[in-house]
Amino acid sequence: MPVMSYLQAISDGLRVEMRRDKRVYVIGQDVGVYGGAFKVTQGFQDEFGPWRVIDAPLAETAIVGSCTGAAIMGMRPVAEMQFADFVSCAWDHLVTVAAKQRYRAGTPVPIVVRCPSGGGFSGGPFHSQNPESSFAHIPGLKVVCPATPADAKGLLISSIEDPNPVLYMEHKHLYRRIKDEVPEERYTIPLGEARIHREGDDITLVTWGAMVYTADEAATQVEAEGISVELIDLRTVAPWDKQAVLKSVEKTSKALVLHEDTRTGGFGAEIVATITEEAFESLDAPVKRVTAPDAPVPFSPPLEKAFIPQVEDVVAGLKDLAAY
Amino acid sequence: MAIAREAEPVGSLKEVREAGLDREDLLTVYRNMLVTRGVEERGHILYRQGKIPGSFYTGRGNEAGSVGVATAMGPNDVGTPLHRDMGVHITRGVEPWRIFAQYMGRADGPTKGRDGNVHMADGRLGLIAMVSHLPAMLPVAVGCALAFRIREEKRVAVGWFGEGASARGDCHEAMTLAGTRRLPMVFVCDNNQWAYSTPTHLEYASETVADRAQAYGFEGVVVDGTDVLAVYREARRAIEKAREGGGPTLIECLTLRMEGHAVHDDAFYVPKEMFEEWAKRDPIERFRSWLKDNADLTDEEEDEIALEIKKIMNDAMKRADDSPLPDPSTVTEGVYATPEDLDTPHHK
Repeated sequence: MPVMSYLQAISDGLRVEMRRDKRVYVIGQDVGVYGGAFKVTQGFQDEFGPWRVIDAPLAETAIVGSCTGAAIMGMRPVAEMQFADFVSCAWDHLVTVAAKQRYRAGTPVPIVVRCPSGGGFSGGPFHSQNPESSFAHIPGLKVVCPATPADAKGLLISSIEDPNPVLYMEHKHLYRRIKDEVPEERYTIPLGEARIHREGDDITLVTWGAMVYTADEAATQVEAEGISVELIDLRTVAPWDKQAVLKSVEKTSKALVLHEDTRTGGFGAEIVATITEEAFESLDAPVKRVTAPDAPVPFSPPLEKAFIPQVEDVVAGLKDLAAY
Repeated sequence: MAIAREAEPVGSLKEVREAGLDREDLLTVYRNMLVTRGVEERGHILYRQGKIPGSFYTGRGNEAGSVGVATAMGPNDVGTPLHRDMGVHITRGVEPWRIFAQYMGRADGPTKGRDGNVHMADGRLGLIAMVSHLPAMLPVAVGCALAFRIREEKRVAVGWFGEGASARGDCHEAMTLAGTRRLPMVFVCDNNQWAYSTPTHLEYASETVADRAQAYGFEGVVVDGTDVLAVYREARRAIEKAREGGGPTLIECLTLRMEGHAVHDDAFYVPKEMFEEWAKRDPIERFRSWLKDNADLTDEEEDEIALEIKKIMNDAMKRADDSPLPDPSTVTEGVYATPEDLDTPHHK
């Protein structure tokens, strides 16, 4: 099985779908000649031509809005936001138009919006955000947050195949740092199915995206002290795999939810609420959250480090829970 | 001085024939305008009877603009009509009873009670349902044109917007993308001179909305929006130009919104003389007298058409009133599409 970086796996998934299905096209800023700001679509225009790898004007509203129209006409558009942060400029087209069209008019809108998200490299307030909870709140949208190269490929193919608008949050900090085996052939991974990243008995740790690696390291550290952590990678936050989380909590009786997004109204709040509503009798401790604080993502390295949850923050949370 | 071209009025029957309409077509246009107004007038009655929840909007004064453009569209062309464009739905073949059912929030309306008033469309007729964020439909229409261009199909997308909607960024972005890629797209501005209570000079500072087209690299034309034949001729010219690869056109149809923004609004801010002046240019009356002068419309024919439309309206109101209210237990149905939803010819 070939080893690919997370970024190469995204490229591979997109290429596989574009070769298989000529309704799939890519549109975004600098995606053609330049190959995308992060080079996800490098070489694509040579292979697929300028009308399937479309360099758009700096106009997120037109990029995403036009995807909706093209999808209704039978295409399978994949839009690239240069950074997830800029999806704010396309908010109306996702939330007002695409998300509600099936419910109101019976018209499916199969579009994918790729959103390079997350911080960890001094991107500052406008190149580091994790906007998944805002969209997970909107009925009609799906939100995907892969953590591994194999998931990045399979979930992208599933997102393109899905008949709904899907936000595909690809974490920038994983692009070149994470490499792993990825099947060469085409495969899909169902949206809404979590993955047990490591099995354990004492505490359930729920997370997604780049935080999977932070969580894994924290789990390894506490394991040396005899605390066994079950780490669940949600993989998609809308829909999210409630059953996998509840089943694990019933086994461990304690839970910690970790995310890189800010705290108030973050998706962790929904998970905690669900655990307390549906697994209260299983709990031996209050459910804990480890998240970014309620602030914009700061630029300067010590500030950014204080903002993004670190391994030691997760370790401290796990120890608190274990001692409760 | 305006940059956009000002369209000439259409004169004789000969000229109309050259533009592609025979006498039978002209009578169909006339019927469609009457049905458009008929639906909205009866909508008012239903509203006053308390049968329409929420608010109620009409496009009185815009019948020539909406019917004229829709008449010029080909069967495989698509469009995103807005709330003043009932004539587009009628011309494309939406049955009036389904519109009344939509108004009344019934299960047989095109949105099955999930949305109200003109927020509806029949996709099989090439129409896409509008949202309240009006100019948002322009990038959607541009996306349809982009799909046609990618697949090299000779189809055209028509996107409607008002002079009020022209102020928002969506309008600029849609025209930028359509212009840079020379997409098969026609932009139609229903300029009814009032965006709710805001007059045109507070919506745009150019002389006309169509003037902007030059900046986007395509042609702009201002047409008398009460003259259905002039609207039709300009729309057809623009649609066929787009179909042949000539890129977009912006057509501005100038008219007056003859009622308030919605049923609750008495439009006190519109000068009385303005209403009086534009009432003399009522699109339906203008076309009726043109037909009498140029196409031998007889009194008997006129009566026959009036009776026919009255029957369509009465039957439609009754059929809509018989339609059930939606079942509350279906409230969450259809939020997400299923793979079966894509089991349609154009998704293959």
